[in-house]
Amino acid sequence: MLPPTIDARDVTIRFGSLTAVNRVSLTVAPGEVFGLLGPNGSGKTTLIRGLCGLVPLAEGKAIVLGRDVATESERVRAQIGYMSQKFSLYEDLTTRENIEFYSGIYGLSPAEAKARSEELMELTGVAPYLDQYAGRLSGGWKQRLALVCALLHRPRLIFLDEPTAGIDPVARRDLWDLLFRLAAEGISLVITTHYMDEAERCARVGYIYLSNLLVLGTPHELKQMPGVTPPGARWLEIYNADSANLLLRLRSLPGVLQATIFGQSIHALVREGCRNADLGLSQARVVETEPSLEDVFVTISRMQTEKK
Amino acid sequence: MLGEFSHQRMVAVARKEFLHIIRDPATLFFALFIPVLELFMLGYAIDTNVRFVATVVFNQCRTEESKRMIRMFENSKDFRVIKEVYSDAEMNSMIVSGKAQVAIKIPEDFSRQIEAKRSAQILVLVDGSHSSVAGVALNVSNAIALQESLKQYFSERTMLIESRPRILFNPDTRSANFFIPGLMVVMCQMMAIMLSANAIVREKEKGTLEQLFMTPVRASELILGKLIPYLVLTLVEFGTILFLMWSVFQVPIHGYVSTLVGLTFPFTLAFLGMGLYISTRVDTREAAGQMAMGTMMPSIFLSGYIFPLDSMPTFFWYVAFIFPTTWLIDAARGVILRGAGWSELWLHAVVLWGMGIASFALAAAKFRKRLS
Repeated sequence: MLPPTIDARDVTIRFGSLTAVNRVSLTVAPGEVFGLLGPNGSGKTTLIRGLCGLVPLAEGKAIVLGRDVATESERVRAQIGYMSQKFSLYEDLTTRENIEFYSGIYGLSPAEAKARSEELMELTGVAPYLDQYAGRLSGGWKQRLALVCALLHRPRLIFLDEPTAGIDPVARRDLWDLLFRLAAEGISLVITTHYMDEAERCARVGYIYLSNLLVLGTPHELKQMPGVTPPGARWLEIYNADSANLLLRLRSLPGVLQATIFGQSIHALVREGCRNADLGLSQARVVETEPSLEDVFVTISRMQTEKK
Repeated sequence: MLGEFSHQRMVAVARKEFLHIIRDPATLFFALFIPVLELFMLGYAIDTNVRFVATVVFNQCRTEESKRMIRMFENSKDFRVIKEVYSDAEMNSMIVSGKAQVAIKIPEDFSRQIEAKRSAQILVLVDGSHSSVAGVALNVSNAIALQESLKQYFSERTMLIESRPRILFNPDTRSANFFIPGLMVVMCQMMAIMLSANAIVREKEKGTLEQLFMTPVRASELILGKLIPYLVLTLVEFGTILFLMWSVFQVPIHGYVSTLVGLTFPFTLAFLGMGLYISTRVDTREAAGQMAMGTMMPSIFLSGYIFPLDSMPTFFWYVAFIFPTTWLIDAARGVILRGAGWSELWLHAVVLWGMGIASFALAAAKFRKRLS
């Protein structure tokens, strides 16, 4: 078995008296798509910066691509790609000029740069936009260009900080197809996102809340966590014509622990012994279901807040 | 090799920075055109020499002697009699309204007093609101009175001592010769500090710096790569003003241009460093612009660019020498107007190189600290 791409143990990052990341341990395997979730300001981006060696670790140790980030951050950075949540290439430069700049920055020889950029253009399809200013590209194409620039030096690990925020669904799906092709080549991907459907696509997911990594596992494992579903309680999918009014009524009932609308249906957690008739659901179509990832994160966030 | 300074990375940054300059015609236009505009303004419009001051005359005496006195004032070319007045009230109103800056009143008993070998008085009123005009009017009127008195005293005999001043290096006392070398320096300063202060703040604003930090690029490569284009641009600007000064405004260059460039180079370095320092301290271009202005203003006023250093209070005279601007303006005037060379300007060179290296090193250290 290959050694892990990332091996972080008790990583703690502090800014003065503020602890931004508290004792986070995780591993990412080669070719793994790892999702990092959590509310804004929970410490996701800081953790990524710590794993790149851009902010010093107050405690703990992180080995990335076989090197300690505390002592060899420059060598680590030479082997990782990074795509930030904001488009961070030069808008007044053309696609080609951006690619040439990053080829230079990563120390590629002209021949290498040419071969690699042709390869990546085939992968991403940015070739028709080579002579356009990057600022004029649409959101999806900007992200593809950013990906090309992040991949030029053949990194074995890529950090993507909310890569799909604000781009349309088609471009989003195309980007994910691309990411899976990279993972198939053995590149590890660490992705932060707020989209639950994206979290479901990840091999494993970590959830960070208030600087702590609360849970870590495959989406399936997380849904089976005992804390998410209290003993005896059930998750129901309720289909009814007037779901808005039904939701208000359900929320007022003592037997209903949680209820929320998903499109045409209501997603609810009900206590043991509560029959559909008790809830006034004789008319509705009710299907038993498993918790969604959103249910998992909402529940464990609440549990964490109540503990304090 | 990793961990070492990479020439390739630095060149990549410099190339990119050149593209930014080309793609932003507004900044380029502002940077190159405004100095030329100011050059023409200073070269053609501004003359600080006081000549032909508007003067009114109130001659109550009306003798030959009194008329000769007035002609002497006129012949000095410093005064221009615009009107003769016939009352004190009229004389005062001409001064108050600003139509005349000087009024000469010759009292009725002027000639009689001279005949009687007593001290004859003339009244010279000077508007003090233009201090340089007032100063000249005062000096010239005193000189005329003194000369006239001596002539009366010695009658037909020759003067014992006669002063014949000759102005060296700028015989016509043209303002252009005095101002343009200073303007050249001030413009270089402005350009160097503004461009370099913006260079890194712009990347902060756009979020592109964060991406750069994730790459193996080193602080020294980033700094040098960014500043090389601005150094070139500043020196091009310097050359342009120098050329226009020589060709259009006919200011002769008595020394060597190479001496001038050799001194301007460390000077530019000092202000590029200062701009870089500013860009590590602030996050927006507005703030960078204000901070750049804040450091520029005192150095412009205290550098001797407009106000002569020698007329400053001692304290400020010492303060003035903190600014590289003061040193380069002095040196530039020396090279251009007096033909000074390295043997006269070695101290300027040592000081400017010292300031350039110190400012640059300080900024780079500060920047590196922020980066890691």
